[in-house]
Amino acid sequence: MNDFDFYKSESIADAVEKISNHTDSRFIAGGTNLIDLLKYNLLRVSSLVDVNSIKNQSVTEKDGLVLLNAFATNAETAYHPIIEQRYPLLSKAILAGASAQIRNMATNGGNLLQRTRCYYFYDANTPCNKREPGSGCSAINGYNRNLAILGTSEHCIAIFPSDMCVALSALNATVCVTGSEGERRIPFSAFHRLPDDTPELDNNLLPNELITSIELPAKGFEKNYSYLKLRDRNSYAFALVSVATAMELENDTIKEIRIALGGVASKPWRVQEAEDFLQEKAPTRENFSLAAEIILQDAKGFEFNTFKIELAKRAIIRNCLMALNPSSQLPGAQPSA
Amino acid sequence: MSIKPLIGQPISRLEGHLKVTGAAKYAGEYNVSDLLYGYVVNSTITKGKIISMNSDEIKKIPGIIEIFTHENRPSLAWFDMQYSDMDAPPGSPFRPLHKPEIKYNGQPIALIVAETFELARYAASLLKAVYKEEKFSTHLQANLSKARKPQPGLATMLKPPPPKEKGNVDLAINAAAFTAKGDFTHGTEHHNPLELFATTTVYEGKGKVTIYDKTQGTINCQLYVGNVFGLHFKDVRVISPYVGGAFGAGLRPQYQLFLSVMAALELKRNVRVTLDRSQMFTFGHRPPTIQKTTFGSDVNGKITSLYHEAIGETSLHEDYTETVVNWAPMLYPSPNSKMEYNLVPLDVFTPIDMRAPGGCTGLHAIESTIDDLAHQAKIDPIKFRLINYADRDESVNRPYSSKELRACFIQGAEKFGWENRNPEPRSMRRGNKLVGYGMATGVWESMILPARAEAILTTEGRLIVKSAVTDIGTGTLTVMSQIAADELGLPLSMVSFEYGDSKMPFAPIQGGSFTVSTVGSAIKVAGEAMRKKLLKIAQRLPNSAFKGAELDNVVFQNGFIRLRLNLSKEISIKDLILANGGKPIKTKNFNVPNLLKLKKHSRAAHSAAFVEVEVDEELGIINVTRAVTAVAAGKIINPKTARSQILGGMVWSISKALREETISDHQFGKYMNQNLGEYHIPVHADIHDLDVIFVEEKDEIVNELGSKGIGEIGLVGMPPAIANAIFNATGKRINEFPIHFDKLL
Amino acid sequence: MLTETTKPISHAKNASTVSLKINGEDKSLVLKPWVTLLDCLRENLDLTGTKKGCDHGQCGACTVICDGKRILSCLTLAVMKDGSEITTIEGIAPSGDLHPLQKAFIEHDAFQCGYCTPGQICSAIGMLAEGKANTEAEVKELMSGNLCRCGANTNIINAIMEVKNGGNYE
Repeated sequence: MNDFDFYKSESIADAVEKISNHTDSRFIAGGTNLIDLLKYNLLRVSSLVDVNSIKNQSVTEKDGLVLLNAFATNAETAYHPIIEQRYPLLSKAILAGASAQIRNMATNGGNLLQRTRCYYFYDANTPCNKREPGSGCSAINGYNRNLAILGTSEHCIAIFPSDMCVALSALNATVCVTGSEGERRIPFSAFHRLPDDTPELDNNLLPNELITSIELPAKGFEKNYSYLKLRDRNSYAFALVSVATAMELENDTIKEIRIALGGVASKPWRVQEAEDFLQEKAPTRENFSLAAEIILQDAKGFEFNTFKIELAKRAIIRNCLMALNPSSQLPGAQPSA
Repeated sequence: MSIKPLIGQPISRLEGHLKVTGAAKYAGEYNVSDLLYGYVVNSTITKGKIISMNSDEIKKIPGIIEIFTHENRPSLAWFDMQYSDMDAPPGSPFRPLHKPEIKYNGQPIALIVAETFELARYAASLLKAVYKEEKFSTHLQANLSKARKPQPGLATMLKPPPPKEKGNVDLAINAAAFTAKGDFTHGTEHHNPLELFATTTVYEGKGKVTIYDKTQGTINCQLYVGNVFGLHFKDVRVISPYVGGAFGAGLRPQYQLFLSVMAALELKRNVRVTLDRSQMFTFGHRPPTIQKTTFGSDVNGKITSLYHEAIGETSLHEDYTETVVNWAPMLYPSPNSKMEYNLVPLDVFTPIDMRAPGGCTGLHAIESTIDDLAHQAKIDPIKFRLINYADRDESVNRPYSSKELRACFIQGAEKFGWENRNPEPRSMRRGNKLVGYGMATGVWESMILPARAEAILTTEGRLIVKSAVTDIGTGTLTVMSQIAADELGLPLSMVSFEYGDSKMPFAPIQGGSFTVSTVGSAIKVAGEAMRKKLLKIAQRLPNSAFKGAELDNVVFQNGFIRLRLNLSKEISIKDLILANGGKPIKTKNFNVPNLLKLKKHSRAAHSAAFVEVEVDEELGIINVTRAVTAVAAGKIINPKTARSQILGGMVWSISKALREETISDHQFGKYMNQNLGEYHIPVHADIHDLDVIFVEEKDEIVNELGSKGIGEIGLVGMPPAIANAIFNATGKRINEFPIHFDKLL
Repeated sequence: MLTETTKPISHAKNASTVSLKINGEDKSLVLKPWVTLLDCLRENLDLTGTKKGCDHGQCGACTVICDGKRILSCLTLAVMKDGSEITTIEGIAPSGDLHPLQKAFIEHDAFQCGYCTPGQICSAIGMLAEGKANTEAEVKELMSGNLCRCGANTNIINAIMEVKNGGNYE
């Protein structure tokens, strides 16, 4: 970790101004990933702008929409009555991530901005296009058990490790940001990027832009939802595959369904074709299985992660069935008993 | 009035209060004045040579005191042997900052010493070396053709070579009614105690140092520092009362000790060096191992042939060995047996013993192959083991000093509910889950080494017992206090055990499950000497009721000596001290085990592990839902701390079978998951219902206490029991550890 | 990409006064921003009960209670907590007494080496205060941010469950 200056900001405008006045400066909120990166010397900053004091209410309702304050912690959000009651999928997904201590620190905005956990990204002595564009990707022919099977490029197969964002993707959230040029709204599906030939860019946030809130549409799918997370231990590990399902049933048929995958790509993965296929169909294992085939049709495995293709299909089926009976969910988003 | 012996009582840890309040100080926590902070820089290549480094530039940063590299390190001891330690395998020990040559990835190449921790860490990130790289080999599987016999050495005393071949295994296998074969793969593991390795060296002036070190052997480190830096042993004091776990990683002096002491001596300042978590992967590990087994039995399940081969990894500079293949003929008498053990030297650091070294590797192969054989013969796995039960150790043709493994089978099976097992794979279910039961045997040799102990009876009648031994969390302080108290029939409140200090009487490194045996026996010898002294003083008193009494004729109870046959005849220890001129009474004794006598018997702790797993049929997710381990380990000194030792071994079993692995990338010759986020040890949510049984076992041979060690035995039998339970649940025999759930898809 | 600074950034002017209320006592320290709360506690205040196990938020040994919430002091800069109230293992019980969880940990032998123990206890205090865990499975999940390498998990969870269920450790 290098030495840096530290500024506290009380307002969004002040924070944006402070960061615009310094090169190599970053916002810090929870710091749970940023300080980690600083300690590994994967990031050098000249200054940090602390935005923790900007927070007011963590969750608010406005015109039927719900706003998550970007500076509220993951725990405050997951346990907020509005989220627990109207967006239980989001609550479950948040609680499947990290640990209780980290969720007490990490913020909603920060969750969207966490970096990949690819071993080679974290090892400054191996080539990595995300860390050092043009240096090459060590993971493609390296140890890639925890890496992507969808949306990869020849330059990068990193995944985006968030759980919360998998639910936000399923809920069609909108990311509200403020920069020197003013405010902007980014649909969730357009927030994170595929690697293509610019894997160093995780998302479409512009320099000096600050995430201020995340907007949830009124529809929370509180009756039929499920989050399932499969990993190498029962808790406190990143997903190998995770699935968020939000479903609306009417007369025993699917009126609407959203299925988002985590742990498989550089962004939460949704396939419209599969969701369309399930519309007006019966919520059966057979139909979920057909949808799973559609979702994974373009998947491509690497030496150590090909299993994820079959695993993701089975996880989709199980999670959609679990969504029919949300009470079957277990702590830590483990598979139903 | 009779006093209940403290041995056998479930006493709570005596240091408990200090540990739950945060008051217990670990090596990197001593508040020392004018402390400098050292941060280590490690090699980023696997093999080659350092051409240059930018130390001069970095040294200019204000607050940087010194940068030590191979170029400017002080001249030190010349001979390899002086870098050797009590646990050094045959070969040439690693010497930090010795030469520009790089022998392995992560080798320490510099120590930055600065005024603050943050500055030292920052400067470490700026220090760069230019290397000339060479080709390296780190991949065991790709280098099996280089396998060769290990060099013999001193370590062979504790790690015997494989037993001699018997009969003809090839002929026997051809004639066998049932044959089971397996190829077993174990990857690298790292000890990862939660406490980071750290050394705080206090420079006392004139070549004298006091060292707070994280170690499993204070005297081992004292001798190492004395030899390497040419100091008088009396000028080197190593203190280590609290050790935040070690599991073998502290058996040898690690490089932070060398660097901290070197910097302190050179700078004549107090220096602390704490490693970071990724550096915890740079000084020793459990080696990857490849094993092959072929076992055969006759139609009744009687074993006729045992073949077990293991190939382990070592470094190019030392031949580290483990006892992997010796166990099968010890557990299962067979007219034909052949065991082979070879090493492949690679460009890695020398492996170091890690909890149940060799045993938990070899028993996995043995006990899973036995399970397969029993399955083929359609014999219950317990019954199969009883058919082949060894009342003698046929591998070396000796009786056991004691062996209550049969009781482990019976009591363990009953507690577990083994009779409810359906032997047909995939036949038991619970909702979405397949259920499987598995069991396996565990064995671990009971060793004893020489040690010294001192006993002092203070003028207040308190007993102080001293040994240089450490307490790495095993409960040493508590059990040694219990043993000492019983020697004089004192309550615990009148006894202090002083330990974790090289100034104390000699104890060997703490490992191999031999500490209670070794140090406990020394305390008993010192205790007996003390009782003799006290009796002698009592007999010298005028009109002594104890005249002519032998030690056997008296009892020591609650601060008094009494005649066994007439308890009213008594004298208090306080009076004896008065009679001794009011001076404390001291004894200091060396216990040297009678090897000739001991060698007439095989001495080992045994266990039977029972495991229930649930496997999600569709998703493969595995949970060890219940497990029982029944242990026969002689006298249990403290059932509470002993139970915790076994529970710990059971958690390690779950970790070994299902969780932990160090991932290598052989393109780079390095470990890739050098952190606790990706090196998965179990979390609370992974651990379910675990239970421990200690069966009665009397042993008058193994040592004075009749107590066998229990640090490793909990980890030997349960990993194969998990693999066997997974087979029972799924019909799949996965012989590669850890078993990732995706292998069951 | 790691843009290496040519100037070794070490300007002392960036140190500032940080006020923390630690275990009920007001502390005022002059610290540079790069000092974590963990290192501040251990190196500046000699409160070494808070442990450093990984320094990257992966083990839970550095757990402290900050403004009523359990957090990881290794992933927090001390300067970010200016004005906060911090409770460490040294401050969870009035002096001379033990917290019920401390007593339960001793009684259940819920530690061996003792290094993860302060973090486990502080985390459990935070977990019980959150009131989100009802079943043992939920307690295990919400305590999973605290690793124990000795394998004392069973005893740790038993100790916590006893206190949670109102065991007589008061």
